[in-house]
Amino acid sequence: MESVDLLYKGIYILVIFGITLLIATYSTYFERKIAAFIQDRVGPNRAGPAGLLQPLADAGKLFFKEDFIPAKSSKALFIIGPGIAMLVATMSSAVIPFGDMLIVGGRELFLQAIEVNIGVLYIFGVVSLGVYGLMIGGWASNNKFSLLGAIRAASQNISYELAMGLSLIAVLMLSGSLSLRDIAEQQAGFNWNIWYQPLGFIIFLVCAFAETNRTPFDLPESEAELIGGYHTEYGSMKLGMYLFAEYINIFVVSAVMATLYFGAYNFPFMAELQVWLTNVTESAVTANNIVTLLGVGVMFLKIFLFIFFFMWVRWTLPRFRYDQLMKLGWQILIPLAILNIILTGGGILLKDYLF
Amino acid sequence: MSESLFFFLASLTLLCALMVVISKNPVHSVLFLIITFFTISGHYILLNAQFLAAVNIIVYAGAIMVLFLFVIMFLNMSKESEKEVKTSTLSKIAGTIAGGLLFVVMIAALKDTEIAGYNAETYDSQIGMVESLGVVLFTEYLLPFELASVLFLVAMVGAVMLGKKETGEQHF
Repeated sequence: MESVDLLYKGIYILVIFGITLLIATYSTYFERKIAAFIQDRVGPNRAGPAGLLQPLADAGKLFFKEDFIPAKSSKALFIIGPGIAMLVATMSSAVIPFGDMLIVGGRELFLQAIEVNIGVLYIFGVVSLGVYGLMIGGWASNNKFSLLGAIRAASQNISYELAMGLSLIAVLMLSGSLSLRDIAEQQAGFNWNIWYQPLGFIIFLVCAFAETNRTPFDLPESEAELIGGYHTEYGSMKLGMYLFAEYINIFVVSAVMATLYFGAYNFPFMAELQVWLTNVTESAVTANNIVTLLGVGVMFLKIFLFIFFFMWVRWTLPRFRYDQLMKLGWQILIPLAILNIILTGGGILLKDYLF
Repeated sequence: MSESLFFFLASLTLLCALMVVISKNPVHSVLFLIITFFTISGHYILLNAQFLAAVNIIVYAGAIMVLFLFVIMFLNMSKESEKEVKTSTLSKIAGTIAGGLLFVVMIAALKDTEIAGYNAETYDSQIGMVESLGVVLFTEYLLPFELASVLFLVAMVGAVMLGKKETGEQHF
């Protein structure tokens, strides 16, 4: 790889990292604002105009709190736990294509950190590692409630990973590729996967809620039963890391859903717009760049809509009971996902047979 | 570059694998085993077998080891009642001698083996990619592949049988 390419990739990865953290920071603000709106309150409005500096104030508060490590806990693991949660959360945005291709000075710059032909498997692998941060932190706290939270997190994530993987298989059958860029390119224009995979999308969405430990599946931290779940013993910025990792996970899983089912950076009449722009500006490069930048905007719009959906659900639905959660995962979602695979396979065969 | 990377990964693998055995705390052992799986995945990537690397992480590090950790965390709840495991000096000596003998035999056996080389001109670098793996599995090795799936089905049925409620047993 040329050093210029390497430099570009380095800058791109740093920018994506920064955007991820920024979005996660302001997710906390919008969560409160949306909660306030749904509950007919005002929400945070003291720090800065319309409370916009609230996340900074929160972070400042967390940094200056006492950094407490309980006696008889496993010290090293207690510190590593939130670190792993954060590390794993920020890893998965590497393979997501946030946009198509920019042409700058004759150089093709793809708006994707790393293009691997196993992109979907990479995401799936990283998601399956997410539970370690919770488990290690919960166990290292040497507290029964923490341990119960950790164990709930582990069994919940394993149960819902299965249904998630099975719902992904149907998408892969349609696309015939494990590369996220290929999947994004195949959904050009308005040819989004959601039109072919509505059932698969709903299964994936439910599993995404369970994998990110969001309400209605936030049993690992259900405060009514387990005090605070796996992070009962945590305070100061270590607790902040856990909470932050959750918001990063929401961002990443929203990006994955937008990529797999909602056409990533594609929007309707994209090709027509590009042709029209080429005629107007008389330059294919400018037209391509404008359409690509619009595509990035559309991608982030889709991601924000999903993040809003996550928050909307949190303040609308009550929490599941644990046996209901397991029943939903194993007895409803997995059979439905298998049915979805059979339907997709049948549909593909029927299409070949008819056309 | 890739050679020094290999030596780094290999030494890390051996170190973590040793720590799995040496660690006193079973949870630490499991965590070192997870790191070992990661380093092995690193080896797969060096061999250009990306699919194998990803599946190794998903299946072993992501699912099986989570269950291991899960079970060991449950066991560890009664830490106080557990007594320190004492090994007698005699068995320590016996273990050292047996291990050393095995080591000598391994070295003797491996000393003269020829490492199968590869021809740089005919070598297909895409052999570990998903597409070629899928083609091979569904043409050349179709029967073993399908038989393995039957084996998994049998294992699953067995697990369900073991976990089934018996009549009169209380579950809640």
